[in-house]
Amino acid sequence: MMFYSAEESISADELKKLQSERLIKTVKRVYENVPFYKKKFREAGVEPGDIKSVDDLHRLPFTTKQDLRDNYPYGLFAAPMKDIVRIHASSGTTGKMTVVCYTKNDIEMWSGLIARCLSMAGATHDDIIHNCYGYGLFTGGLGIHYGVEKLGATVIPVSGGNSQRQIKIMQDFGSTILTCTPSYALNLAETMREMGVGKGDIKLKAGLFGAEPWSENMRRDIEKLWGIDALDIYGLSEIMGPGVANECLEKNGLHVFEDHFIPEIINSETGKAVAPGERGELVFTTITKEGIPLIRYRTKDITRIIPEKCKCGRTFTRIERLSGRTDDMLIIRGVNVFPSEIEKVIMSVEGVEPHYQIVVDRAEHGLDTLEVLVEVNDKIFSDEIKNLESIEKKIKKEINSVLGIGVTVKLVEPGSIPRSEGKAKRIIDKRKI
Amino acid sequence: MKILQLSVFLENKEGRLAEIIGTLASAGINIRTISLADTKDFGVLRMITDAPEKAVEILKNKGVTVKTTDIIAAGVEDSPGGLYKVLKTFKDAGINIEYMYAMTGKNNGNAVMIFRVDDPDAAIKNIKGVKFLAADDIYRV
Repeated sequence: MMFYSAEESISADELKKLQSERLIKTVKRVYENVPFYKKKFREAGVEPGDIKSVDDLHRLPFTTKQDLRDNYPYGLFAAPMKDIVRIHASSGTTGKMTVVCYTKNDIEMWSGLIARCLSMAGATHDDIIHNCYGYGLFTGGLGIHYGVEKLGATVIPVSGGNSQRQIKIMQDFGSTILTCTPSYALNLAETMREMGVGKGDIKLKAGLFGAEPWSENMRRDIEKLWGIDALDIYGLSEIMGPGVANECLEKNGLHVFEDHFIPEIINSETGKAVAPGERGELVFTTITKEGIPLIRYRTKDITRIIPEKCKCGRTFTRIERLSGRTDDMLIIRGVNVFPSEIEKVIMSVEGVEPHYQIVVDRAEHGLDTLEVLVEVNDKIFSDEIKNLESIEKKIKKEINSVLGIGVTVKLVEPGSIPRSEGKAKRIIDKRKI
Repeated sequence: MKILQLSVFLENKEGRLAEIIGTLASAGINIRTISLADTKDFGVLRMITDAPEKAVEILKNKGVTVKTTDIIAAGVEDSPGGLYKVLKTFKDAGINIEYMYAMTGKNNGNAVMIFRVDDPDAAIKNIKGVKFLAADDIYRV
C-alpha cells in the first residue's frame, strides 16, 4: 500500500531509533536556547546527557499551558526571531493568550503532515479542498491551507461564515474535500437542504473535521447528509496546530504522527504513565520543531492508546477519539473558552455580582450557542427597561470582544441560579454530541 | 406629595407574576394600579399600592428584586383631547416622559395618569395648568 510518506509504515525498531535521535537533539536545543527549560531541567536534576533514548523521556519535567502564559509572549521560543517566519496564538484575554511560532522548517514539516492527513482521506493533487477553518491567529485556516498546497491539490480559502455562499462555491467550484468544525459541517448541510441543493449536486467525497469534540453519532449524521467519509483531525496550537493526529479511512482512532510527536498517556493526578490501553491525560513531546519545541506538554485532553495494529497498514499508534478534558475548558465553535475568562468580564461590569451561569447548547444541525445568565441585584436593577437592556448589551459586547464569539446575555431573578452547598453551578453543557 | 411606585424585576416564567401578586394579597396590600413592561426575557412590574413601604419589605423578605420609584400623578379630563392637553404642558415645560400608564378609578370625575419623569419635583414646579394629585389621593381613593 502506498502512503503519502514512507514513515507511515515504519517498523517499531526504526521508529524508536528515529524518535530517540530526534528527542536527544530537541532536549539539547531547548536546554541551550530556552532559559526556562535549563532551569526546569536543573530543578528536576536532569541534564541533556542523561537522555539517551525515548526510554528516558519520563525523567524530563512536564510543560503546562501556564508555563506558556508565564513566559508570554516569546519566552519559550528556541529559535532567534530572524529564523521565525510565523506566529499563531490561541484565543483568550490579552496576556492570557498562548503564543507559538514557526521557523521555515516548522512550516514545511506542518504542511507535510497536513498533506498526510488529506491523503488519508483519499486526497491527491486532483482534489479541490474547501477550507472553512478561520484564517488568522487561529492555526486551523492557514495550517490546512499550506498543507493543501504542499500536496499540490487546490485550496479554496473560503474561511467561515455566509453559509449560502459556501454551498454556491461548493457547487460551482467543484469542491471535493471539506475542512471545518464538525458542527459547521452539520450547519452547512442544513443550509444546503434549505437551498434545495441535493448531495448529488455537489462533488464532495470526504471531509476532515476537528477543532472541537464530536461523536460517532455526529459522524453518522455528517456522512449521511453529505454522502462523504468524515474523518477526525486532531491538533493543538501549542504542539503545532491541526494535524498532530488524524483518522484513516478505517475510522477507528487517530494515528499520531510519531515521527514528529511522542505521545504519552498519564494519570493526571500522579503524573505517572497509565497501564497500556488505559484512559488518561494526553501528553506530547515535539521532536522536530525548531521554533517552540515543547517537552512533555500536558494537553489536558483525555484519551487512550488503542494497542492493536490498524488494518490500514500504518504503524503509527492510534489514540481514541478525544473524550473530555481534565480542566473546565469549553470548546465552543472551535474556540477555547475558559469559564474564568467569562467571569472576569462579568465582574468588570459595575454593580454585577458573581452570580452567573454559563449555558452551552447545540441546536440540532446547528452551531454551539453560549448563553450567560446573570442574576439581577439592587445595584443594577432599574424600573426602566432601557437601563436593564444596556447592562445586558454591555456584558454581551465585552464577552464578544474577549472571546471573539457571539453570546446571549439574560438577566434573571436573584436566587434563580441553583446553588449546591452554597456554590452556584456555573457551567451547564447541554450539548449532546 | 411624593408618590411611590413599586418596581419589581420579573423573569418571563410561568406563574411568577401570580406568585408576587399572591404575596401582596396575603399581606392585605391593595394594588391600586399595575403596569407590566416586558422584553423577550424579563419584565418590570410597576405597581401603585396603598402601602408601598410595607409592600417593599414583604417582597424583599421573599427575595424579590424590588425598589421604589418616585412618580407623579395627574388628573386628566375624560373627554377627547384631555390627555393631549396634559401632554402638551409637559412638552412646553421641556419635561421628558420615560413611561406612563393609567390608574383604575377616577378622581373627582377625572381619569388619573401616572408619569415617570427624571425629576418629579422639577416637573411639578414647572408644569402649569395640570392638577397633580397627592399621595393620599392615589393610595386611597
